[in-house]
Amino acid sequence: MSELMLTVENLSAWYGAARILYDLNFNVGRGEVVALMGRNGAGKSTTMKAIMGLIAERQGVVTFNGGDISRLKPFEIARRGLGFTPEDRRIFVDLTVMENLDIGRQPPRNFPDGTPAPSWTPSSLFKLFPNLAEMPQRLGYRMSGGEQQMLTVARTLMGNPLLVLLDEPSEGVAPLIVEQMANTIVELKKEGLSILLSEQNIHFARLVSDRVYVLEKGQIHWQGSMTDLADNLDIQRAYLTV
Amino acid sequence: MSVLEVRALSKAFGGVRAVNDVAFVVEPGEFLAMIGPNGAGKSTCFNMINGQLAPDSGEILLEGKNIAGLAPRAIWRLGVGRTFQVAATFGSMTVVENVQMALLSHAGEIYRFWRPVAQMHRVRALDLLGQVGMQDAADRPSRELAYGDVKRIELAIALANEPRLLLMDEPTAGMAPRERNELIALVKRLVVERGVSVLFTEHSMDVVFAYADRIIVLARGRVIADGNAAAIRDNAKVREVYFGTGKTFAGAAS
Amino acid sequence: MTFSAFLFQALNGLSTASGLFFIAVGLSLIFGVSRIINIAHGSLYMLGTYIAYTFATHIDGGLGYWGGIVATALIVGVLGALIEIVLLRRIYRAPELFQLLATFALVLVINDATLWLWGPEDLLGPRAPGLRGAIEVFGRQLPSYDLFLIFIGPLVLILLHFALARTRFGRLVRAATQDREMVGALGVNQAVLFTSVFALGALLAGLGGALQVAREPANLATDLVAIGDAFVVVVVGGMGSISGAYLAAVIIAEVKALCIGIGVVDFGFVTVNFSKFTLVAEFLVMAAVLIARPYGLLGKPQAAVRSIAEPEEPIRPATPMLKTLAVIVLALLMCLPLLAQSSPYLLILGIDVLIAVIFATSLHFIMGPGGMHSFGHAAYFGLGAYGAALLVKWLGAPMGIALLVAPLAALAGALLFGWFAVRLSGVYLAMLTLAFAQIVWAAVFQWEGFTGGSNGVIGVWPPPPFDKSWVFFVLTLLLAIAAVLLLRRLLFAPFGYAMRAGRDSVLRAEAIGIDVKRVHWLAFAIAGGICGVAGGLFAFAKGSISPETISVGRSIDGLVMVLLGGIQTLTGPIVGASLYALLQDTVMRQTEYWRALLGIIILVLVLAFPQGIVGAAAHLFGKRRAP
Repeated sequence: MSELMLTVENLSAWYGAARILYDLNFNVGRGEVVALMGRNGAGKSTTMKAIMGLIAERQGVVTFNGGDISRLKPFEIARRGLGFTPEDRRIFVDLTVMENLDIGRQPPRNFPDGTPAPSWTPSSLFKLFPNLAEMPQRLGYRMSGGEQQMLTVARTLMGNPLLVLLDEPSEGVAPLIVEQMANTIVELKKEGLSILLSEQNIHFARLVSDRVYVLEKGQIHWQGSMTDLADNLDIQRAYLTV
Repeated sequence: MSVLEVRALSKAFGGVRAVNDVAFVVEPGEFLAMIGPNGAGKSTCFNMINGQLAPDSGEILLEGKNIAGLAPRAIWRLGVGRTFQVAATFGSMTVVENVQMALLSHAGEIYRFWRPVAQMHRVRALDLLGQVGMQDAADRPSRELAYGDVKRIELAIALANEPRLLLMDEPTAGMAPRERNELIALVKRLVVERGVSVLFTEHSMDVVFAYADRIIVLARGRVIADGNAAAIRDNAKVREVYFGTGKTFAGAAS
Repeated sequence: MTFSAFLFQALNGLSTASGLFFIAVGLSLIFGVSRIINIAHGSLYMLGTYIAYTFATHIDGGLGYWGGIVATALIVGVLGALIEIVLLRRIYRAPELFQLLATFALVLVINDATLWLWGPEDLLGPRAPGLRGAIEVFGRQLPSYDLFLIFIGPLVLILLHFALARTRFGRLVRAATQDREMVGALGVNQAVLFTSVFALGALLAGLGGALQVAREPANLATDLVAIGDAFVVVVVGGMGSISGAYLAAVIIAEVKALCIGIGVVDFGFVTVNFSKFTLVAEFLVMAAVLIARPYGLLGKPQAAVRSIAEPEEPIRPATPMLKTLAVIVLALLMCLPLLAQSSPYLLILGIDVLIAVIFATSLHFIMGPGGMHSFGHAAYFGLGAYGAALLVKWLGAPMGIALLVAPLAALAGALLFGWFAVRLSGVYLAMLTLAFAQIVWAAVFQWEGFTGGSNGVIGVWPPPPFDKSWVFFVLTLLLAIAAVLLLRRLLFAPFGYAMRAGRDSVLRAEAIGIDVKRVHWLAFAIAGGICGVAGGLFAFAKGSISPETISVGRSIDGLVMVLLGGIQTLTGPIVGASLYALLQDTVMRQTEYWRALLGIIILVLVLAFPQGIVGAAAHLFGKRRAP
């Protein structure tokens, strides 16, 4: 791994009195796809929200693209080039596809070494998601779950991010859409984007990710390459699968 | 007679036909899965059967009686139990009180103003909790439970009115694979013991193929396939609109 | 009435509609983005009239009037921005009720500040330079200024509509209306967005108020009248819809104008003065709309606001300690009459406290376990008080009968209003209940022949032996004990559980056969009835009742009592009511500006404990940050 895009050190988070995360340490390298895996309630979504500054009660140091973002507000974090795609999609249902994309719009940006980061326009995104190209003026609430899932990823890409937090892209959508989503992630990786993915579905994760951190009850219990996890049935049995 | 028979059911939203002339039956004791792409009309279909939505046209016969357009509580009184995609319990009550509420309502005792709830139907409620393996948690606040346990409580609540039909909207959504299988195995055991029929929607193909007696597939508001696991797995049309190549889940790889 | 007179009144209504629209649209915009119902919006409107008056009377000619209106709108807009930055920004994450309370505290502060700055007299501004004349329409004289108002409303509507539909600011506002957190996560600075929306809403309110300066005198009661009207408009038009706000403003203004236009009609057997029915007509319009479209004419069901209140513990029967404590308190209270000789005021205070306890406990019953945040509980207090007082006044009824009728009158009112209220939830319910309370208040005020209008009803003294304050105290104490125990008993019975079930999860409650609306309706009525007891006792305790005592202020008193004690505990309202009543009797009456003082106390409480007092206590004693 060449350079680190995202480094998380001793990240902890609370919801009121309940502690959800316990001193998490992990990182994502440039151009890498890293999966956070674990069952529901393990703390995957909370980790993403804590990185994004969406959880008020958090501790630890989050370094993104060389800068400390631990104490920044969500909009400041987003403006540094960290994209966030929430698990419940949260597209703006009263806005059209084009308007949703516009909300996410940010200027193009460069990596620290001066190379331009992948930048997106509605038309380039419509190539990536042909379904969306058919419905630029459609209102969000008229879209199916799968279409919404694509729109939420496209909307995040409009911010020309350097790294995307992708929370459970395969949850609650049909297998066919899941497969398209996997192909999209592979495409994005080719463009040079880094991705932190949260996932429960090992079949999906193994199609796209390089490395894996396994979460259980807010702690990291295992880490390694995707191929190692694919071979390690004990870990899969203990934390993930049947 | 079928427990449930849906005939020519249709519903449109602003000109879009969400459910279009759908028909199917649920036989006594059957474990029937309804699957299909997002936006295929599963939820709309489900919400018409449980009374959340009134159909534009068509009939929904529960043991021969048309229930189309009735309120959810009326349908519940006719013997239909429900669990929700996002489990819903009464957070300010203990686990056993949650089940007691369903029993009180079943006994028509909601409008009682004097006798304390504490001992009303408690024994029966504990018995139901025992059946879903949650008796030990009876007096804990229900909001403290792990999500998988909340799903079990929901099941106990759904069984409280001795339903003949159980509607389960994505019963395993938001659960880890191991919990999924445990929950569905539990449901299957309980319904077989009681002779209850189940209609459920599900995105986890592993669960569907392992447990469903029969599967109906919806796409664009219509039933495009109806058959057992093997037939559905090999159905080219279903593959095209729903499964894809099947590499993102285990069960379909034949 | 001739057809031309009819049309003339319709035109008149349109000019009133513009004023209603200005205040309602700002309220709706602000709510959309910030999810805060700004009760102080009426106060901003009122300030608009006062500030414009000052400009118009201190600077001559067109500059003072027209320039003053523009300047006023800008000043009020800046004031709105300041309110957002200094106060509201700190409480966005606080429970909804606290936000409402904070903006109500602003109402109190602004009202007293206005009193201090401009004095208590009504101030009528000059007529608008350039538009002093009138034109002839349908054979009558229509002031040119009214014609100007008729056009300015739709003009602003079109401008706003364009801004929301076509500009990036508009897109951001619409997106934030749905999910402000997500907008932030996409790189939009919400703070700036919120402040600008708040400033825009305040500017519109200030503009609306300023434009009225030539038509109506600046008046200290405008704030609550305006917010009451705005609530009705927003509920009828649909929250968040600016076109709906205009449509509703037109409908309501027209209906009122027509009532006045019809005037006195002789039906042969009976003569009806329709101009006395403006409030009833407004109520009927709202009722009809809510039956047909619960979210207003052009509104949509709002996504539930994510609740961030502390979760509630299951209710448990009283512990031996609590029971002992209750017995001790009761014993002490029973001893109070023994002190009657030495300090008679103590008993008066005791009666006030006990009436407050009944009032607050009945409010808590629907607010806490029922989850229905009524902002108009004064209505049922008033119906009880007036029910008893009027029975004595007109029929010379004995006190026993009057005290029996008090809860029945309140129950009847609560049954009627509750039927509508339970169809809504959250802030909609709060607005609707407040509007109902305003209607009761205004009806009492307007129906002078029957209720005595602003003079109220006097001479409602209890007969012997209740004229001795210790006897009346014992009566009040017994009724208070009965009310508290009855409500508590209900909460532990299936009915109380069903009420909480409906609050916790409507979906789940309906799915196990509970008719949530019906349960909540009944609960609302019971609470209203019990509250009527407090009203009846109040009338006899004071010997009189006036509209002042049943104004919005009393509703808010109830809210403060419940929140002070903690909404999630069953004993909370008793403690809160006692504390607050004592505080009010001792501290508040020391100053002419007690409203501002009360407002400041509320603001301090809200800012110090943004998570609620119970939440603050939980954090203090909690196990937070434990490793």
